[in-house]
Amino acid sequence: MSEAVNFHFDVDGENFSSAGAASANVKKKLRQLGLSPEVIRKVSIAMYEGEINMVIHANGGTADVNVDDDYVTIILADTGPGIPNIELAMQEGYSTARDNIRALGFGAGMGLPNMKKYSDEMDVQTEIGVGTTITMKVKID
Amino acid sequence: MKLTDLKESLNLKLINGNIEDIDFDGVYAGDFLSRAMSHVSSGNLWVTIMTNTNVIAVASLSDCAAVILAEGMSLMPDALKAAEDNDIIVLSSEDTVYDICVKIYKTLNENE
Ligand SMILES: Nc1ncnc2c1ncn2[C@@H]1O[C@H](COP(=O)(O)OP(=O)(O)OP(=O)(O)O)[C@@H](O)[C@H]1O
Ligand SMILES: [Mg+2]
Repeated sequence: MSEAVNFHFDVDGENFSSAGAASANVKKKLRQLGLSPEVIRKVSIAMYEGEINMVIHANGGTADVNVDDDYVTIILADTGPGIPNIELAMQEGYSTARDNIRALGFGAGMGLPNMKKYSDEMDVQTEIGVGTTITMKVKID
Repeated sequence: MKLTDLKESLNLKLINGNIEDIDFDGVYAGDFLSRAMSHVSSGNLWVTIMTNTNVIAVASLSDCAAVILAEGMSLMPDALKAAEDNDIIVLSSEDTVYDICVKIYKTLNENE
């Protein structure tokens, strides 16, 4: 591939049942681009967790995915409440998800740890009352 | 092992999909989505009691062979629609998650 490819999605914060649509779409596109199953799996997990977090914790946001020769880069940006203590939030098992959200199967406190684990680079910018932007890179080898 | 054989021996009910020629190789049991997301490998069965659309999203993203719903659960209407749209195989069993796993284990061993 010589030219980079970009995808943009608006992630709806109201609709829990369609949550994950952007990730599903990206997965399809990466398949069409012929990326390896391992890379697609890593991107799918990392992006799905980030997308879901924007839906359940930040009332939606945007997802931008860029594919070049070396990396799939995923940028998830929201204007939600921000994450007060990112070190705490990154810990396995930590979750502020409410009961109605937990009843859907969310709230294991594994989303951010999964994002860290399945991306090769991850950067979190967050400010209380302003929002959160998470950038993840998955290496294409 | 073939899903058609498992369906037979565990007396599973097919809720969605075509199980002809589908093989599986391993099982994950659990209900938390972000746990399942990282533990359900491609070609696995996922045994759960969750029935909402997010289950179908995770099943699709993880390329699991099939979802098995325990304790006679069926999919919520919008989840069934999502399963149909995304060709996700879903079966159900009257057994508990534990009993389903034990039975799969036994069936796998008998087939070795
Ligand atoms: N985009 C976000 N905006 C605001 N808070 C967030 C955001 N993402 C995560 N958080 C906070 O970080 C916590 C941990 O997130 P993580 O994804 O690890 O777990 P969870 O979403 O609560 O549960 P799970 O992902 O296992 O379903 C969340 O409970 C929430 O408090
Ligand atoms: Mg999460």
